[in-house]
Amino acid sequence: MVERNTPPTVEASLTALAVSLRGVTKAYDNGITALGPFDLTVRKGEFISLLGPSGCGKSTALRIIAGLSAPSSGTVRVARHKGSVQPGHVQPGHVQPGHVQPGHGIGFVFQEPTLMPWTSVRENVRLPLRLARVPKADARARADEALASVGLADFADAYPRELSGGMKMRVSLARALVTDPEILLMDEPFAALDEITRFRLNNDLLALWRRLGKTVIFVTHSVFESVYLSQRVVVMTARPGRIQADIRIETVEPRGEEFRTSAAYSDYCRRVSAALAPSYSGQSTL
Amino acid sequence: MSAQAPITAGSSRAQRAMRYVLPVMVFAAGLVAWELVVRIKGIPPYVLPAPSVIVLTLIRDWAVLSQSLATTLLTTLEGFLAASIGGIALALLFNQSKWVEYSLFPYAVVLQVTPVIAIAPLLLIYLEQQTAVVVCAFIVAFFPVLSNTTLGLNSVDRNLAGLFQLYGASPQQTLRFLKLPAALPYILGGLRIAGGLSLIGAVVAEIAAGTAGAGSGLAYGIAESGYRLNIPRMFAALLLLSLAGIVIYGVLALVSHLVLRRWHESALGKEN
Repeated sequence: MVERNTPPTVEASLTALAVSLRGVTKAYDNGITALGPFDLTVRKGEFISLLGPSGCGKSTALRIIAGLSAPSSGTVRVARHKGSVQPGHVQPGHVQPGHVQPGHGIGFVFQEPTLMPWTSVRENVRLPLRLARVPKADARARADEALASVGLADFADAYPRELSGGMKMRVSLARALVTDPEILLMDEPFAALDEITRFRLNNDLLALWRRLGKTVIFVTHSVFESVYLSQRVVVMTARPGRIQADIRIETVEPRGEEFRTSAAYSDYCRRVSAALAPSYSGQSTL
Repeated sequence: MSAQAPITAGSSRAQRAMRYVLPVMVFAAGLVAWELVVRIKGIPPYVLPAPSVIVLTLIRDWAVLSQSLATTLLTTLEGFLAASIGGIALALLFNQSKWVEYSLFPYAVVLQVTPVIAIAPLLLIYLEQQTAVVVCAFIVAFFPVLSNTTLGLNSVDRNLAGLFQLYGASPQQTLRFLKLPAALPYILGGLRIAGGLSLIGAVVAEIAAGTAGAGSGLAYGIAESGYRLNIPRMFAALLLLSLAGIVIYGVLALVSHLVLRRWHESALGKEN
């Protein structure tokens, strides 16, 4: 089911949406269906988590939204610029990855920091602006500003290898924010960090989200992280990934450390875990 | 832990010093033994010259030898530059187009596996002598540059490549900001091998060429001295060739270290 020419009325009703996936599937050449059919709508400014067992296609979904991977079928709509939704930037079937025109309205944080080791932190953060041919002085100022927003103003001239794992992840986050994107896609960004660092980064991410009002789609395999961070937890089934449950997390905002230890928090965690359980049934725990 | 730290630091420093001291001591001991054997047994210099005789020959024949050294080094440099530029350019071409790679790569391998000593006589028939010698140095040296650069260009972090795609980087931007810097350690490794190999290529071709004259290289000097049973000069020329090889390797290793010292594992201290 492929929609190409969307009537204006539908278009208008989508303006509040940041991301909309309709019947999206992804099958690999070896015949394995990794995803779908998968439907997802994300409103602007929303913080949602995609939660599921490993290999359920949650990263695939994120890469499809980013335009890094083409869906096998279905439509993808992503708001690129403030206030508008453009028709699906990825058409199914006949898309060569190199021909996709990915949006600059998207920031992507990978599971690894994915920094260029050969250059300084500032140059790493400046990269997206450099690729967009933003004048150097302006780009440097914006890179420094992005670094300051993640608390790394003093490390602009350091090289990535001189930073700790948590700091590298902050640089990666600053790089994703430097273009002031509408949408922030995060692919298990804190999975490799120790718990204390992860908690701190969770709080910093929430503070940034409240301040900047970005749409965040956060992929994780941690029930606790997803409940703590997001307004909505979308629980996915095992391969091929579909939506098992869509749970809204409502609590007193702004959230802080006290939410982590509250009864409401553990209730939500129990509900989300229960929704996740079928995805693991019949599967070896390994 | 803290009490042990100074001991380990001291011992590691001693260990590092030993890495330089020991080979020098072995070298000195070898020379002394060589000198003694030649003197005690009274071996004539046309059979085995003593180290002292070799050094004296080096000083006495410096005018001839230095000129030959300059010729060989120039050939080596030309071959090395041709191999570096050619190898990197071809690797970039391969990286741009799989079809070009599939079409040409087998011939690069053929060129590499065919012994240059067997190609040299043919080249000397078709090309001017100086050109043929440089081409030999090029043939021997270019393959490591090509294969290392290809490996480097293909070793780009997939996520970084995805990031460049996400931000709509042009092919030129991807090449300049991502592929070339990522391939740099590999390219420098290739150049380090190519430096030594271009010297070997130059020497092999000079021996195959075997032409006398004012512009003849060190290898010809060795061959000619052999015909004349001037063994001390053979050794002196060989010594110069060895030293040239060591200096070439050292310079390239230093360049590699200076370029990579801020970021690449190979150039960082082990403690970091």
